[in-house]
Amino acid sequence: MAFIDYYKVLGVPKNATAKEIKSAYRKLARKYHPDVNPDNKDAEIKFKEINEANEVLSDPENRKKYDKYGKDWKHGEEFEKAQKQRQSQYQSQSRKGGYSGAEYSDFFESMFGGRKSSTRSGHYPKFKGQDYHAELNLDLKDVYKTHKQVLTVNDSKIRLTIPAGVEDEQVIKIKGKGGEGLNGGPSGDLYIKFNIVNRTKFKRHGSTLYSNVNLNLYTAILGGEVMVDTFEGKVKLKIKPETQNETKVRLKGKGFPVYKSEGKFGDLIITYHIKNPTNLSEKEKELFRELQKIR
Amino acid sequence: MEKNLIPIETLCTHYEIEFSFINSLYQTGLIELTFIEEMHFIEEEHVADLEKMIRLHSELNINIEGIDVVFNLLEKEKQLKDQIIDLKKKLKLYENE
Repeated sequence: MAFIDYYKVLGVPKNATAKEIKSAYRKLARKYHPDVNPDNKDAEIKFKEINEANEVLSDPENRKKYDKYGKDWKHGEEFEKAQKQRQSQYQSQSRKGGYSGAEYSDFFESMFGGRKSSTRSGHYPKFKGQDYHAELNLDLKDVYKTHKQVLTVNDSKIRLTIPAGVEDEQVIKIKGKGGEGLNGGPSGDLYIKFNIVNRTKFKRHGSTLYSNVNLNLYTAILGGEVMVDTFEGKVKLKIKPETQNETKVRLKGKGFPVYKSEGKFGDLIITYHIKNPTNLSEKEKELFRELQKIR
Repeated sequence: MEKNLIPIETLCTHYEIEFSFINSLYQTGLIELTFIEEMHFIEEEHVADLEKMIRLHSELNINIEGIDVVFNLLEKEKQLKDQIIDLKKKLKLYENE
């Protein structure tokens, strides 16, 4: 648990006036407020820090204690006494709001015993609770079919249906599964971001899958048949004679499921890569030379 | 499709805000209201945006015009983020070929 220099957090000198502190706080709050920095964890952490600094420095009593015992908070006898008093004083008041205790540093909790809810609850309106953000790692194969999964978020179990075709980095919202509301407001929401790892030979863009297929020279020139992997197994493909390198073939409906469109699939696009023979025998070389002469 | 409508009066009581503030947001075009028998309603799906506007106003002292600017910039930021995600996915198709 480290000492936190609240003056440094707000960027004000130790002899700053209440007006200067308020002004510095407001300026930083406008910059780092979660509503103007969506999905920005660094800004969220910074916002909590400046809120904490403001709670201490804008309250004359707290500021006085902080200035007196701040650096020696571990050893101050008077501080210990004061802390005990504060703990009993705030026990019934703290954490009534939508902010969890984790929003305050250990240093703050030790010194001030939790948030002084009276600074907000008295005149602040009811607000929705804090939104929670979670990440779920899945394999591409997992999202080929709709499936159910049970998640544990903040000690509560959430049964989640993951629709087939969900995208990498897609975020879904689960209403009311976030933090408790502030001053009796509604609960926040839970946002789950999917991180989808692709360990297959296919590349994916939306519901379209891409893959490369090697063709030997003779099949490419004379035509034939090859077995090709799709996401659900192998299919036989006819190769036209004189197929060129990098030729693309679209297999309709053999791609990835379309998100929230049951039974609908994208396409699989196959690119042929022609592989020339190596280690030719003398006879083969001779035959190729003959072919060259004909051309 | 059926939409859930929330009476503005209920929201004003719940959030302890003046109706004049909601009306200013409506007059600026920041929110849409529905009028039924002289009562004002907002669609449930737009309540989250309204809450954000209330927070910006009460916690950061941002006026109605400022809220309009913030919302426009946030929308642009979201579009750009979506575009970056899409471009990253397209880039992956060409990587390690």
